[in-house]
Amino acid sequence: MTRKAAITGVGNTKVGEVPGSTCMSLHTEAALAALDDAGLKLADIDGVICAYALSETYPMLSSAFCEYVGAEPNFNAGLHGGGATGAMMVMQAAALVESGTCRHVLCVTGDNRLTGMTRDKAVASLTEFGHPQFEQPYGISIPAAYAMVAQRYLHETGATLEHLAALSVSHRAHAAMHPDAHMTKPITMEDVADARVISSPLRLLDCCPISDGGAALVVSAPDAAADTRKGGVSVLGCGQGHTHEHIVAAPSLIDFGCKTASARAFGAAGVTTDDIDVAEIYDSFTITLLIELESIGFYQKGEAGEAALKGELTHGGRLPCNTHGGLLSFGHSGAAGGMFHVVEGVRQLRGEADQRQVPDAELAFVHGDGGILSAHCSLILGRD
Amino acid sequence: MKPVPTPNADTKPFWDACNEDRLIVQTCNSCGHKQFYPRALCVKCEGRDLDWQDAAPTGTVHTFTIAHRAPTPAFKEDAPYVLALIDLDDGFRMMMNIVNTPHDAIAIGMPVRITFEERDGQKLPQAEGLTS
Repeated sequence: MTRKAAITGVGNTKVGEVPGSTCMSLHTEAALAALDDAGLKLADIDGVICAYALSETYPMLSSAFCEYVGAEPNFNAGLHGGGATGAMMVMQAAALVESGTCRHVLCVTGDNRLTGMTRDKAVASLTEFGHPQFEQPYGISIPAAYAMVAQRYLHETGATLEHLAALSVSHRAHAAMHPDAHMTKPITMEDVADARVISSPLRLLDCCPISDGGAALVVSAPDAAADTRKGGVSVLGCGQGHTHEHIVAAPSLIDFGCKTASARAFGAAGVTTDDIDVAEIYDSFTITLLIELESIGFYQKGEAGEAALKGELTHGGRLPCNTHGGLLSFGHSGAAGGMFHVVEGVRQLRGEADQRQVPDAELAFVHGDGGILSAHCSLILGRD
Repeated sequence: MKPVPTPNADTKPFWDACNEDRLIVQTCNSCGHKQFYPRALCVKCEGRDLDWQDAAPTGTVHTFTIAHRAPTPAFKEDAPYVLALIDLDDGFRMMMNIVNTPHDAIAIGMPVRITFEERDGQKLPQAEGLTS
């Protein structure tokens, strides 16, 4: 029996173009998959947390989901931290079960941004992440905001576009090993270099796609994990870091809240970066991952790119990273995008990652980032 | 149509000054901190006694991007356009477009001066590159 909260079930839908799906059907499919994985029924769930969606914009998404599936939990709330939401849900659910408020909390995410709203409408909707008075009038987009971060990072560190490209290539190779991934056609360094520029210096293959998809998991109380089919993966440490929402107000374009979030999580778990066997770190753009790897402390400033080129961030390397293909290639469907990282971390620790498996993985680091490197949440997960 | 800022109680003095071709910055009377964007408290000292001061209409490029893909139809005609974070000489940072400047001349650290673009009755600060 563990003393910490445990993730006892995970599930995801197919990701990419999922014809015939709706926002709510993706939520439901993911939730039922996670429940089945845990050997639980909806009736066993006494807490529900949902995130947000662009394709169906309920002001109370978590209530709408419970209504849709006929659940009447003791605790129900929405949580909106952009791409950090998946990790933040685990942190929140862990607090709920460790405090005795709930026994089994179901965390559900999903969106059908691709078939439900078209790529153009999703991109336009995402401009609302910009400040309405001081950013949106200038034509900001999420890629443009991250591109400004990338420009400054390359300027300060001397990192190169090849460093970014190495991440695109390794993520695509990882996704090709996952049956549910969105982008699986192999790509080369030349493909990345030749891809059209979206917002300089970022090229198309530096950016994640827009996908349909859903993901869910169950977080159970320390004494309740034993009731589940497979037992739990322990949530050993969690931490958040927040410095801004809008990039115009970011205190630094090199260090972000991932530094404090990860330091808090490592401190709570009593482990360090050197102990981590596999890392699933938010990668909305190649630059996102490069900066986070360094800000978190896996690499010194300006060194993560060289490591990527040398193959350190894939199977057999020092830190296999985003073994499912990440947002860059597994796919990005809103809050589910960040949840896929958690799901993959759990599968790695359970030894269920098939050909993607990192041998003997015992400790996983999972990190979500919302907004423009604005909201951060880190998790340390451990095999029992 | 491109978005036009809708001033609110926090920001109206700033946007009114723009309409007079003046850049002003919210300044804390307690600690002297200059902050952008305008708020109801000073984020450095939590003070509530905030005032406005004229700001020098000059700065440098902290970072920039050339956006080739417009996120909405309103910006399609402008693409490729330049989006930048400008460090004003008075010690605060704003987002602007860099206008009237050859794209290949733009670099981090480039000095700029502020101009004002009129959009549906509201003037917006914009940056223009200065060749040194």
